[in-house]
Amino acid sequence: MAVLAKLDAGSPAARRGWSDLTIRNAFIIPTIAFLIIFNIFPLIYSLGFSFTEYRASLNRPAVFVGLANYRDLLSDPDIWRNFTITAKYVIISVGGQMLVGFGLALLLNRTFPFKGLITTLLLLPMMLSMAVVGLFWRLLWDPSWGPINYALGLGKFEWLSHPTNALFAVAITDIWMWSPFVMLLSLAGLSAVPQHLYEAAAIDRAGTWYTFRRITLPLVAPLLLIALIFRTMEAFKTFDLPFIMSAQSVETVAITLYQMAFQSWDTGRASALAYIVLIVVVCITNIYVKYLNRLRER
Amino acid sequence: MAAVTSRAQRIGRPVSIIAILLVTAIFLFPIYWIGSTAFKPRNVATSVPPTVFFQPEITPFVKLFTKRAQLREQPTQEEYDAAPWWEQAIYDGGERVIKARGEPLLSQYPSRFINSLIVSVVSTVLAVGMGTLTAYGFSRFRVPGADDWLFFILSTRMLPPVVVAIPMFLMYRTFGLTDTHVGLIILYTAFNLSFAVWLMRGFIDEIPKEYEEAALVDGYTRIQAFYKIVLPESVTGIAATSIFSFIIAWNEYAFALIMTTRRAQTAPPFIPSQIGSGLPEWTVIAAGTVLFLLPVAIFTFLLRNHLLRGVTFGAIRK
Repeated sequence: MAVLAKLDAGSPAARRGWSDLTIRNAFIIPTIAFLIIFNIFPLIYSLGFSFTEYRASLNRPAVFVGLANYRDLLSDPDIWRNFTITAKYVIISVGGQMLVGFGLALLLNRTFPFKGLITTLLLLPMMLSMAVVGLFWRLLWDPSWGPINYALGLGKFEWLSHPTNALFAVAITDIWMWSPFVMLLSLAGLSAVPQHLYEAAAIDRAGTWYTFRRITLPLVAPLLLIALIFRTMEAFKTFDLPFIMSAQSVETVAITLYQMAFQSWDTGRASALAYIVLIVVVCITNIYVKYLNRLRER
Repeated sequence: MAAVTSRAQRIGRPVSIIAILLVTAIFLFPIYWIGSTAFKPRNVATSVPPTVFFQPEITPFVKLFTKRAQLREQPTQEEYDAAPWWEQAIYDGGERVIKARGEPLLSQYPSRFINSLIVSVVSTVLAVGMGTLTAYGFSRFRVPGADDWLFFILSTRMLPPVVVAIPMFLMYRTFGLTDTHVGLIILYTAFNLSFAVWLMRGFIDEIPKEYEEAALVDGYTRIQAFYKIVLPESVTGIAATSIFSFIIAWNEYAFALIMTTRRAQTAPPFIPSQIGSGLPEWTVIAAGTVLFLLPVAIFTFLLRNHLLRGVTFGAIRK
């Protein structure tokens, strides 16, 4: 770098074309500006609305109400119920994904015929559109002619129209979709475990469980943690899947927000709820990025 | 390796292969089911018990692309014989193809599919183009507070769409951008830009700085070094980032649902809206779903070696 700096200052190279500083600014500033205009500016705009009584559907100016929206929301039992449903959903679906995903990774972490093909096929669900996945799982969960009830011999068991069952049905769909994500990260972790550790353990006659707990798990843990945080964040924001599958029964916070903002047109109140959601997401993101950076440094 | 293969491992091998096959079959079943539904006759799709073996037909795809109405009176034998095979298939289902001046009318599906294509391709080109430049800037130059800026860039990607959608909707309404391709393209570009910066930074970091330094000594300008050396070296990265961005935009639902209604509506909000009221025609919905998922499935195979990088924003490389 020092050589380059000297070159830049003294050689003709510095005088040809743009300077490094100009290039750097020309490459970076438009992106930052674009993201500020389309992310930060709208957020400031809606922060303003969150302190007002305003309906975007009516042609009436916003009325400043201070913190009333926030106070109402935080003391509204319906909102707490939605947060509880969301929390349950996050715990069931992310927990399931971690177990199934890590289990799949342990199963696939060996040599077998068509390994590449099978791994890619198993990764397919996470690449699909959540809205469309939700739609075709409705076909699978159908009480009268869905193959799931038929395969499990459940008769006309109601899944999506029943509040508790719907939560499980949507969570299972989410597990199907996102276990591959946990599997992918776990496989990366497993393949990085040095083989000689297992050989040493085998020579010492260490049991399977002991080897797993003392060698495999600690070495894969950082990647599992990344998967956990990332999935928690995404599951908390969940909108598409429950909205398409069972918006009445599995009303997550994102769905409430959508209905408040774009169906009841309660813009001021919805903006306040958006800010509450935002604060939670920013907290989880912060943890996520800290771990990403720690992982990068290694 | 062979020396330490235990007895348990030798017995375990066939068992684990059977387990892998079983798990794969269970995982792929939902995709198989929607795929097979797209080729089922209408009454077979919702039969009790579910039908596994049936005579496949492509009538659902014909229905997907045409505007249809209930037959009020049966066509005469001449009319039926004169009709092309796809029109006969519609007649067989008790419906007729709606025509204007003798030409069959297209359903809404093709236009929604094309909207999806336009919006995804344009936003991908913009996001990856800008993202590559920015990634190069962060990778090669000293940027004051680089980590903070990169965190800011990533954090924009983490915002829940519904949160950003409220103010964006109001702004779009003011500027007349709701239900336009441009409006959706801007949103998706912003969405994918942060992703592209993070992914491309990983790829560009891997290109040795020495290549450009040698080029600079040889009398290239920085810009020449960038497009004659860095860009060709990062073709794989650009391709992988583009495919990922395309898939993200192609799959996006929440913004499309809120911002578009007709003219610029993309496939993800359109396909579920077909269910509507009454008896949904699952075979037609399945046909639309299959066509919509097909590009993503193909792209997933092309991307298979870069999936890990993509889903972790380039943090984990391997």
